[in-house]
Amino acid sequence: MNSQIIFFILAALSIMSALFVVFSKNPIYSVIWLIVCFFTIAGHYIMLNAQFLAIVHIIVYAGAIMVLMLFTVMLLNLNKATEPHKPLLYKVAAMVSGGLMLLVLLASMRSTELGPYAAPAYSESGFVQNVGMVLFTEFLLPFEMTSVLFIAAMIGAVVLAKKEIH
Amino acid sequence: METNMLQANPQNWYLVLSTILFSIGVMGVLMRRNALIILMCIELMLNSVNLLLVSFSAYAGNSEGQVFVFFIMVVAAAEVAVGLALLVSIYRNLATTDIDVLSKLKW
Repeated sequence: MNSQIIFFILAALSIMSALFVVFSKNPIYSVIWLIVCFFTIAGHYIMLNAQFLAIVHIIVYAGAIMVLMLFTVMLLNLNKATEPHKPLLYKVAAMVSGGLMLLVLLASMRSTELGPYAAPAYSESGFVQNVGMVLFTEFLLPFEMTSVLFIAAMIGAVVLAKKEIH
Repeated sequence: METNMLQANPQNWYLVLSTILFSIGVMGVLMRRNALIILMCIELMLNSVNLLLVSFSAYAGNSEGQVFVFFIMVVAAAEVAVGLALLVSIYRNLATTDIDVLSKLKW
């Protein structure tokens, strides 16, 4: 019973903050609401006993990605006045198409049976020990390849953001 | 932490929640014109998919889904770094982040 209440509070918070991200006029507020949304999602991970991912999520998203976003907002000097506006028609069309997509997905989900995934009594699959075991045995090669990806991304970011000298 | 924590919440709830979050992200991408907000909405969609994967992994008692989520986070971090660098470069050349200005490749 308790976990249901926690789930509903977290779910309401994450949906609300996600809506604020989309509807805020000021980009700074969007970034801050997105941080709130990421923290509630980390709460969901803890509810699912995925402790490793909850911590990594907070470190990577709230710690690294959002700081990068905030710095970009600061660097580009974005505020309410510079925010481009779409005509109302486009906004309504976007809302309708988003809502229709939600409707279609939910309708297709209603006819889905989640047979083999009946809730386990207690899941230890998210503990650091178990995730690390899988990560460093079965998925060792992809794990090492991510460093190549990061090098590529880092070099790409530096090259793209560098001022061109003519 | 009670042992039947997961038993109380049917997995359908997580399915519905991540569907709602994904739809909000799609709506944001369609609705906003600021490229930075569009990047943020893409992050939101990635996160809803992550939540779904974690819920499946936890309910199936299998750690591999969580490793997959870990790799998605890695890719998201790389994507944001490159995306923001592109954004800064665009802003330096055009002094705007409005995506409707960037229509040269549009047919």
